[in-house]
Amino acid sequence: MAISEQTPASSGRHLDAKKVAKDLLVTALLATGIFGSTIAFKTVTAAGGLALVTRFDVAFYVIAAVVIGRLLLWLVFWSKPAGPQKSFLPESAKAGYQALLTKIGKGFAPTILLFALVFPFLPFTDRYLLDLGILVLTYVMLGWGLNIVVGLAGLLDLGYVAFYAIGAYSYALLAHYFGFSFWMCLPLAGILAAFWGIILGFPVLRLRGDYLAIVTLAFGEIIRIVLLNWYQFTGGPDGLSGIPRPSFFGITFKRGVEGNFADVFGLDYSTTHRIIFLYFLILVLALITNFVTNRLRRLPIGRAWEALREDEIACRSLGLNTTSVKLTAFAIGAMFAGFAGSFFATRQGFISPESFTFIESALILAIVVLGGMGSQIGVVIASIAMIGGFEVFREAEQYRMLIFGFAMVFIMIWRPRGLISTRIPSIFLKEKKKVSSDMVAQGEGH
Amino acid sequence: MEYFTQQLINGLTLGSIYGLIAIGYTMVYGIIGMINFAHGDIFMVGSFIALIVITALGLTVSTGLGLTILALILVLVSAMVIASVFGWTIERLAYRPLRGSFRLAPLITAIGISIVLQNYIQISQGARVKPLQPIISGGYTLMQESAEDGGFIVQISNMQILIIVTTVILMTIFSLIIARTSLGRAQRACEQDRKMASLLGINVDRTISMTFVMGAALAAVAGLMFLLYYGVIDFFIGFVAGVKAFTAAVLGGIGSLPGAMLGGLLIGLIETFWSAYFSVEYKDVAAFSMLAIVLIFLPQGLLGKPEVEKV
Repeated sequence: MAISEQTPASSGRHLDAKKVAKDLLVTALLATGIFGSTIAFKTVTAAGGLALVTRFDVAFYVIAAVVIGRLLLWLVFWSKPAGPQKSFLPESAKAGYQALLTKIGKGFAPTILLFALVFPFLPFTDRYLLDLGILVLTYVMLGWGLNIVVGLAGLLDLGYVAFYAIGAYSYALLAHYFGFSFWMCLPLAGILAAFWGIILGFPVLRLRGDYLAIVTLAFGEIIRIVLLNWYQFTGGPDGLSGIPRPSFFGITFKRGVEGNFADVFGLDYSTTHRIIFLYFLILVLALITNFVTNRLRRLPIGRAWEALREDEIACRSLGLNTTSVKLTAFAIGAMFAGFAGSFFATRQGFISPESFTFIESALILAIVVLGGMGSQIGVVIASIAMIGGFEVFREAEQYRMLIFGFAMVFIMIWRPRGLISTRIPSIFLKEKKKVSSDMVAQGEGH
Repeated sequence: MEYFTQQLINGLTLGSIYGLIAIGYTMVYGIIGMINFAHGDIFMVGSFIALIVITALGLTVSTGLGLTILALILVLVSAMVIASVFGWTIERLAYRPLRGSFRLAPLITAIGISIVLQNYIQISQGARVKPLQPIISGGYTLMQESAEDGGFIVQISNMQILIIVTTVILMTIFSLIIARTSLGRAQRACEQDRKMASLLGINVDRTISMTFVMGAALAAVAGLMFLLYYGVIDFFIGFVAGVKAFTAAVLGGIGSLPGAMLGGLLIGLIETFWSAYFSVEYKDVAAFSMLAIVLIFLPQGLLGKPEVEKV
């Protein structure tokens, strides 16, 4: 808990005992206020109203843990002498280290891609890992889609999941009412989501950053509430089930059907085929997202996005139509969410408004921001870390979201600019130069 | 007409609660220009603490009037104090280290803190809804429709009177704090120009902390009111109430205290009338659409100052 100043102890490794004691006392008092009220007492439903259960022991342990943790922080981190830190490494070693990092950075993306390509065929890959891989790739795709809106155009969108929902419901409803196949619905879902992006974006994109954030959040909630209450059409809270599974370009994966996937390719039937197909489907979709984004960045419209992110007033003075520039970013971002949504629907076979709550939007946004806004590879790293982290804590079901929240806060304080915080400009005069993100005023969103 | 009057009273009561939460948003946004996303959850924490204290005191409807008032004051004060501790700690841990960082950073930590608070309360207090038996009963009949029209009775309950009166008192106190005390002067100075204020010897960090404390205390009051009025709370009430209160703050003009109260009342009225005359399911849609409409046509809000764009 960083309650007191971060640079204590004027010189030497000695701690100012008085200061530390005071700080620990404050910590203890605050912890008592927070945990002594909500952990020590718990209201439970009893006969004829509510009753209190006391858990003083648990509260005491938590408070003690906080105070001891604080003391350890003082002893380990905050007892270093003030002033510039002496480096143990000579300058040449430092430069070598930097060069090595750059090399690793260069090889990182192809390595990850190669790994993603062979992943389903590795000996240790089982059904569980494949499903996890699909999940991670879905979030990578969503992250890349949102990166266009947040990272490139600098528009803070807290309701991105609405477009994901629109994509999923478009596919489910079109398949349900008209019997359209997945391959017909995939582009339609994207178009519909983009269309909604334009409809919702048109009136609100004149707003400043924070206002835009809260309006998009409101839109996300409106879409969810409508899906929840329009019972005749969307099935309301029961959701839609029996969504058709995808086919391999017309060849089904169903068991025991003449001319199914295993039959055509002369393989033994296995349910894993479908999963592997889904895996590659989302991988291709995600790569398309990445490819399109990277190409768009070099087009005038992509440059306009980045320029808009840096300085809207300058853009307007130079004759850019900011509304249409923002709108394209919003619509293209929404389109990719629509693709991802229809993939989600076909993978699950069942969708309900439950899957499209605000927490999903927050998760996708967290992936983009923690990865380092505008950085494509950062999104991959953040997705693996986030979704992987979620899986690691699967045992601690109850505490999973709590840990997730703390992780969000902690990573943000540790690296406010995200994990990958340097970026290479899309266009340059003579040579490519990395720009530390401290130098760019991005994310202001106005 | 009678039905309308009844809905008006209900709407004003609900609006008072939203207004109290909205003040926290508007003050924080005014000073550091950040949406304190966790504010709605502070409101939720406040109402849980009120519930704990009420249960501990064994307050029921049969408690005498004098004792009830004393007990409620005790509940109010303890909820305010504990919620302030939450507010102060959160500001210190999650927002202050990021001051001067880029704009999205504190918003992300605020979302993180909101998730933490919801799950912390879910774990420590249980996921199920907590029902509370009504503590204050009775009320006054204001109007009565003639029997042939259906005999609809317009009532204002003691609970509603309590909520509206408390809100008015607290609003007055807080307006006076902002207008008259040195803390209020410091807050207004920080709102106008933080750097200049610090050059003139105002402890900016302390002022911002105090703003969070004040906002949290008011949110806790709103939490108690919500608990007494609806009688049911769970760990998730903060999210929707928070978004609506933010809508109220924007509607009234962000940064303006009377604006927040006015916005709160309007949102409460819109929601109540929508539920009464159209559909209950879509009442949140009405409130959220209101937000979009206001921002499009009146971006500075009803009582806010128009923003000057600086190059």
